[in-house]
Amino acid sequence: MLSFLTRRLIVAFLVAATVMTLAFILTRLSGDLATSIAGPNATQADIDAIRKAYGLDRPVLTQFFDWVGRALTGDLGESYFFKARVSALIAERMPVTLTLGLTGLVIALVVSLPLGILAAVRENTALDRCVQLVALLGQAMPSFWLGLILMITLGLQLGWLPISGTGSWQHFVMPGIVLAFSAIPALTRLTRAGMIQAMGSDYIRTARAKGLSRASILLKHALRNAAIPVVAIAAVQLGFMLGGSIVIEQVFALHGVGYLAWESIGKNDFPVVQAVVLVLAVIYVALTMLADLMNAVLDPRLRGP
Amino acid sequence: MSALLEVEQLEVGFGSRTSAVRGTSLTVERGETHCLVGESGCGKSVTALAVMNLLARGGHRRAKRLSFQGEDLLKLDDNGMARLRGNAMAMIFQEPMTSLNPAYTVGSQMTEVLRRHKGSSQRVATDRAADLLARVGITAPGLRLGQFPHQLSGGLRQRVMIAMALMCDPQLLIADEPTTALDVTVQAQILRLLAELQRDLGLGMLLITHDLGIVARVATRVSVMYAGEVVESAATAQLFADPKHPYTQGLLRCVPVPGKQRQDEPLGSIPGTVPRVGPGFEGCAFRERCSFADATCAHQIPRKTASPGHDYLCRLPAPVKALT
Amino acid sequence: MSVAVVNAGPKRGWKSVSTWIGAVIVGLAVFCALAAPWIVPYDPFAQDLGKRLVVPFWMTGGSSEHLLGTDQLGRDYLSRLIWGCRISILIGVTVTIVSGLIGITIGVLGGFLGGRVDDAVLFAITTRLSIPVVLVALAVVGLLGSSMTLLVLTLGLLLWDRFAVVARSTTMQVRNLDFVAAAWCAGCSRFRILSREVLPNIASHLVVVATLEVALAILLEAALSFLGLGVPPPLPSWGLMIAEAKDYMFFSPWVIVIPGVALFVLVLGINLLGDGLRDLFGARTDT
Repeated sequence: MLSFLTRRLIVAFLVAATVMTLAFILTRLSGDLATSIAGPNATQADIDAIRKAYGLDRPVLTQFFDWVGRALTGDLGESYFFKARVSALIAERMPVTLTLGLTGLVIALVVSLPLGILAAVRENTALDRCVQLVALLGQAMPSFWLGLILMITLGLQLGWLPISGTGSWQHFVMPGIVLAFSAIPALTRLTRAGMIQAMGSDYIRTARAKGLSRASILLKHALRNAAIPVVAIAAVQLGFMLGGSIVIEQVFALHGVGYLAWESIGKNDFPVVQAVVLVLAVIYVALTMLADLMNAVLDPRLRGP
Repeated sequence: MSALLEVEQLEVGFGSRTSAVRGTSLTVERGETHCLVGESGCGKSVTALAVMNLLARGGHRRAKRLSFQGEDLLKLDDNGMARLRGNAMAMIFQEPMTSLNPAYTVGSQMTEVLRRHKGSSQRVATDRAADLLARVGITAPGLRLGQFPHQLSGGLRQRVMIAMALMCDPQLLIADEPTTALDVTVQAQILRLLAELQRDLGLGMLLITHDLGIVARVATRVSVMYAGEVVESAATAQLFADPKHPYTQGLLRCVPVPGKQRQDEPLGSIPGTVPRVGPGFEGCAFRERCSFADATCAHQIPRKTASPGHDYLCRLPAPVKALT
Repeated sequence: MSVAVVNAGPKRGWKSVSTWIGAVIVGLAVFCALAAPWIVPYDPFAQDLGKRLVVPFWMTGGSSEHLLGTDQLGRDYLSRLIWGCRISILIGVTVTIVSGLIGITIGVLGGFLGGRVDDAVLFAITTRLSIPVVLVALAVVGLLGSSMTLLVLTLGLLLWDRFAVVARSTTMQVRNLDFVAAAWCAGCSRFRILSREVLPNIASHLVVVATLEVALAILLEAALSFLGLGVPPPLPSWGLMIAEAKDYMFFSPWVIVIPGVALFVLVLGINLLGDGLRDLFGARTDT
């Protein structure tokens, strides 16, 4: 277990390093950053001043190692557009994105776990097919469009929820639902498949032979084992949701990290863009490691003899 | 007083095409071991699962009579049946490697039986579990209670299964090929343990096996199953001494007996396999493989009594001499 | 015990119906995409500011002249929808070709060669999964300017992970089968074994992945175009149509409902077809 963890940590570190390199290359793709930052009306003198001020006149490798070195100490550079520390900007916006992501995950789990269990228990009935249909529909739903439709219906016509902004918890309900939609199909299918497999297993037959109640058989014996892959995928899905929240944040005008990245892309504010890519990647890697740990808690076989 | 378990004319089908059990009758008395023998696929496990109402999805059972301690099991609803299972009637299975839940400790899985049926406290249940683990020959029961199934060997797991089945002092223990998946040396230990427990606790036991060696050692009564039917049923000594049904005779010839068999003499075998039998099948299911079969075997076969407590299902009137 | 026969019945019929629905939707979309220049009733780019936001025919005030109405610039909505289908299909297919080439190459090499190569492949997949797709695609398009080619290359470079995962695992299974061992013994070269023995046997799995990837690419393109960093205007991508109509959606919701439903139905159809193919081939595509 310990060597497994060490191995995972090394891989995680290497992934982060690779993403750093890629993020750096990504922002240098457009060629001369100073020209694009300065804007179309800038004089050559302006451009030179910017190039000097942001250290863009140095060799690319120097810039890269400078960035890596600073990033390791938590210093992600300075934003051109916002005139602020990138780390401070991200820290300021992160709560919105995390709230959104967690809301989405909770909604997704609250919907998919019961649906998946129900479909598994009633395998091959009309109910099962309905659940599978829901999963299919969810998979095909364009999230930004669903967001707009919810704004029109729940927001404007029914007036149940606020349309945009981050003022109260209600503001996170609609975006949360939309974000959850992207994770519900996978989670439902996995729960269903896991429960069907578990319910057909010998240990469930033992549990029935022991005369346990139906609730105990389903929720204690079957679900515990079916939950193992679901936990792993839920963590991965949360990572995807945080990465994908950029679209939802834009639709609902939620000023989270995704929105920050979107604004920065429009302004050629490359230190912010590369930092957000890095931060989201690191969060994803951390989440997958967390999932491994939780699996070890749920599945004693992973803990070794 | 009625017998412990009475099964009369039990039929089990899966879907509309397959009949797994066709009119099986058997009785288990208190304190006796009744062995159900037959090839794989003959319906012996399905019979046991049907008695416990544990059939897989799609399976349905029907019987003229299915009673346990005089109580009609067919009238019980799911909940009533669940109250009996693991309590007055318990079952152990063929696959000790997969029959325990990998996610919970041995202790947790054992104690939940007692807590469920007797409403005991965790402490009482844990003590009982430790006692039983010791009883089934597990050393350091306190340690084992805290372990997970994957930390135990197959033999240990089967001992745990047995101990778990005994948690609530059952009257009837159904053991479905409990030693098949184990090493030969462990098989003997488990079997000895079961026989000993049966005797000491006065259990009624329905032991399902395809191993006639086991039958000879532990059974009080034997029922031989073929293609979903009991083709012959007798007290053990009687069956081994005077088998009436050609199938039983064939089975007995497949068992090597040291000392009685010459070194170079080939073991007997029964050609062919068990046929799949659907509803509406008539006549003797063994006729395709039987060297005595003739046209009359395709019609309904009467059940005959050879002596009190020994009946068989074959048209042949007289005891058949051993075939060569 | 004869338990295996159970549960073979009802699912098949239902499954095949849904597969057929999927096939019909996909067939129709492919037809629209190919025949778009000849079947559009109007020029999808022609503006008519005198006829802005004409409602579809089923609403009061609608006419059969513009079946699905017109957009905020007076362009015929049906024509733009058909043209948008062409763009969606084009992007979906080309992105899948690019990502498929990358993913299958990487996956097959990892699965076939094993060892260090496979470690590197696994690492590449892990790294790829940790990169936020939408953000990076937006950044690339934002920094380099939007064009179809760039969009296809970017998405292709980002979406190869599922191809790689499935190609790798199926190659590993095939590699250990007897007929591959027989080919080794017969002295076949590595290349010949890869192309003649391995690829044909994993192809069915890859076809299923490809359908799912086409659907995913179409959804992503729509999202990027919606954010203004995908297909460049005035091309009528469905995502772009929704973005352009967004300002009017509270007063005339149909302007976003129509392209949204089209997108939803197309993606649903592709997924239905993919699920049907998966059952047909008995393929495993879980990653």
